[in-house]
Amino acid sequence: MATKASRAAARMMIAPSVILLLAWMIVPLSLTIYFSFLRYNLITPTGNPFVGWENYYWFVTDPSFQAAMLNTLMLVGGVLLITVAGGIMFALLLDRPMFGQGIIRIMVIAPFFVMPTVSALVWKNMFMNPVNGMFGQIATSLGFQPIDFMGQIPLLSIILIVSWMWLPFATLILFTAMQSLDQEQLEAAEMDGAGSFSRFVFIVLPHLARAITVVILIQTIFHLSIFAEILVTTNGGPGTASTNLTYLIYVSSLLQFDVGLGSAGGVIAIILANIVAIFLMRMIGKNLDA
Amino acid sequence: MARAVSNRTRALNTAVAGTLGFLMFFPILWIFILSFKTEEDAIRAPLEVLFGSGWTLDSFFTVQERSDYFKHFANSVIISLGSTFVGLLIAIPAAWAMAFVPARHTKNVLMWMLSTKMLPPVGVLVPIYLIFRDYGLLDTRIGLVIVLTLMNLPIIIWMLYTYFKEIPGEILEAARMDGASLREEILHVLTPMAIPGMASTVLLNIILAWNEAFWTLNLTAANAAPLTAFIASYSSPEGLFYAKLSAASIMAIAPILIMGWFSQRQLVRGLTFGAVK
Amino acid sequence: MGLKRILLTASSVALAAGTGAWAEEITIATVNNADMIVMQSLAPQWEEATGNSINWVVLEENVLRQRTTQDIATDGGSFDIIFIGAYEAPIWGANGWLVPLNDFADDPDYDLEDIFQLVRNGLSDKDGNLYAVPLYSETSFTFYRTDVFEAAGVEAPTEQITYTEFADIVAKVHDPDNGIFGTCQRGKAGWGENMAFIGPLANAFGARWFDMDWQPQLDSPEWNAAITYYVDLMTNYGPPGATGNGHNENRALFKDGKCATWVDATSAANDVKNPNTSTVADVTDFFQAPKQETSNGTGWFWSWALAIPASSQKVDVAKDFLKWGTSKEYFEMVGETEGWVAVPSGTRQSIHEDPRLLEAAPFAETIKNAIFSVDPANPTRDPVPYTGIQFVAIPEFQGIGNYVGQQISAALAGQQSVEQALANSQQFAVREMTRAGYIE
Repeated sequence: MATKASRAAARMMIAPSVILLLAWMIVPLSLTIYFSFLRYNLITPTGNPFVGWENYYWFVTDPSFQAAMLNTLMLVGGVLLITVAGGIMFALLLDRPMFGQGIIRIMVIAPFFVMPTVSALVWKNMFMNPVNGMFGQIATSLGFQPIDFMGQIPLLSIILIVSWMWLPFATLILFTAMQSLDQEQLEAAEMDGAGSFSRFVFIVLPHLARAITVVILIQTIFHLSIFAEILVTTNGGPGTASTNLTYLIYVSSLLQFDVGLGSAGGVIAIILANIVAIFLMRMIGKNLDA
Repeated sequence: MARAVSNRTRALNTAVAGTLGFLMFFPILWIFILSFKTEEDAIRAPLEVLFGSGWTLDSFFTVQERSDYFKHFANSVIISLGSTFVGLLIAIPAAWAMAFVPARHTKNVLMWMLSTKMLPPVGVLVPIYLIFRDYGLLDTRIGLVIVLTLMNLPIIIWMLYTYFKEIPGEILEAARMDGASLREEILHVLTPMAIPGMASTVLLNIILAWNEAFWTLNLTAANAAPLTAFIASYSSPEGLFYAKLSAASIMAIAPILIMGWFSQRQLVRGLTFGAVK
Repeated sequence: MGLKRILLTASSVALAAGTGAWAEEITIATVNNADMIVMQSLAPQWEEATGNSINWVVLEENVLRQRTTQDIATDGGSFDIIFIGAYEAPIWGANGWLVPLNDFADDPDYDLEDIFQLVRNGLSDKDGNLYAVPLYSETSFTFYRTDVFEAAGVEAPTEQITYTEFADIVAKVHDPDNGIFGTCQRGKAGWGENMAFIGPLANAFGARWFDMDWQPQLDSPEWNAAITYYVDLMTNYGPPGATGNGHNENRALFKDGKCATWVDATSAANDVKNPNTSTVADVTDFFQAPKQETSNGTGWFWSWALAIPASSQKVDVAKDFLKWGTSKEYFEMVGETEGWVAVPSGTRQSIHEDPRLLEAAPFAETIKNAIFSVDPANPTRDPVPYTGIQFVAIPEFQGIGNYVGQQISAALAGQQSVEQALANSQQFAVREMTRAGYIE
């Protein structure tokens, strides 16, 4: 249906976005690649000599690197698991008839509007602090030893905080998807004697599949570069227990001011992100006629 | 709903969902309460905080004295609205073209755009910092608008694309038959139909831009610093600070929270990313 | 760099001369420590007197360091005045990043000589160029609760005790059932956080960072003894969540009456002894930081100071503020408005001799003597090629110190053994020193 003229017009219309994003990607990226081959430390001006693959060697052999890779995966995976499962639960729940659904929905959605820095600070201090935090106070008053969240289970604590912020997002999307579910189909299944579990597995879940993929895609994009939450809670520690790849790059380039090393890490992270991206796109591509 | 539901079931559902919803909301409620307490009261046991202590506005005044809330607030508003507006300007034509004049590579282009969002920002901070320095964009609102526009552009395009795609092509053809120009087509036919979708795109982007805490912290000093920088100075305690932190937090999140609550209907309706057929 | 600086100074002088008494707006990057917050609250007086205005950028210490370093090293020019410490001043000055303040000596009203020589030396490079002026200086000593000691029947030491003796005392005063922990020490990772306590502790146990050939020594038995002691002490007698506690967190705990002992900065004393801000003002006293194998380098040395980045366009206005903020009159003003107990310590001779201070804060004399007892040039039992007590005055130290701090905090959290932490640290230090070309 599209004519030649409209095709040309279409190209013109897409061009600004493509050019801008291309520039946004290529300019810093090429500088990053360039820096990654230099000995470039901000605090020791040395004229930035070319050092070949040295930075890559040091970054990959850094004992923290492996831990950071693993933590990145656990962080993304953990948050996805909690938010998708919790989101389905909330979506099913909110879809049922009840009083004051609007108010309840508002309460569920609220955490999504909170700044990552604020929610991390609030959870860390007001709730998870073992001495003055609420969990600690409750545990102590019941005669239990309070949990030192940031010391003993740092990564899990961060996963919980991030999940709290993103559960509303998953709920929103899954809830919207629920509303287009064919009620008659459900009722027919019920008439045929299908239990609520098999109705869920064979009708609801397939219906939500598309929405779930979207949730996974969008959240993965955001969770791969989680940073602020780690910075204000654990600083990646203790040791490297909560250091993800983004945070490790931050440590190299902005705490050790070793821009060369950090850039090498950046390039590695970009390559890994692209691998994940390709993997996700394949998965989404099947599920999404985008 | 076809089935009649007994009030008892309704009440039960309400109780379960209400409890869970309240738990989700509780942290926000709690800092709201703490922000009206004195520092000494704020660290007392939860029940004492609720029933055994007075209320005060002191923390808000202390926070305001430390750093001018309204300046940061104005910056946040300008940056988030600005980047959303500029983003829309660039994204609407692109999304339109992709939705209505699909070419062989449209899907790949879209996916590539999304993949640019996966780059870890920290990996390109130093280059961006140097570029910003050379162009005098450090600590300017314009600089932040540029960065945040580019950050969120892929999401805007994708969302708009999915909404446009749901608009039946026949309507456009009919308009075209009637001799509408491309501009008229976009303005008078497409836009009204896409308004709910655009509304939720705008909302989501304002939220994302408002809460963005990496670029806004690293590229600003004083002049362009938004509320994320306002809150950053409370990340290390000095003495008792729960009440101050709570007050500052409430001040930082309240505008977006209120906006979100009032517009949640639009947000819910539109936030599908094409997930709903 | 010299020419550039001359040009810069010349141009700013010309600018100032050309525009007369034009009001300028300067940007100051600062940390949220108590003394800086006081300065912020008094600064409007300077703004009124001069017609200039100030943009304050208040950041947490680690973030401040990252932001200012990034800006100054890339010549970003975002700040006109920054707060830096005794570690940064000589290194950054030598890089040509800071405006030298030698001309402050020519101003008789300012009286530079009145600022303690030791402190000025710490903020100057090898050639004696001054790059920053101090708001306050500090060493470390032991805060303790007189009431808790009395209740436990423990005599407070009058001479420098050993860490072994210190642990005995801590064991006696540890009373977690009543919410009092035997000791609060820094556990939050970072070269300016846990390593500030651990550095002097390691020195006391006879450890050193590098030998005379710059070979890292972190796998030595001395380091092992020190860190084992630290982890045992904190695990047995420390508060829960110690790996998250830095200076400010511990200060809050101590002021809230939750700690019986605390080895930390003397500069916290005026806050802890201030009845307006502390619940333990009347029952806190001090003794020297402990020793062990040696008493060399057992108390650290640090100052927080104001400096002007070479990239600032408003050097003259900035200098004016620096003089105001570290002048005798400023400290007197703090005394008058906030109470003399709140006056920052370890900066000016005349302030330390002021009878008003001596009356309100009798401990000021103890602090001054403690500061004068440190010798950053002679920090360890065995000879070393570096100066600095809780830090090593080389640019590479930040990265190494942060890494070692992380490893030790992981050992404190029980995630790895002390041996493992120190082995990793040694490996990292060797790698960094190799990259920097100190060793083969």
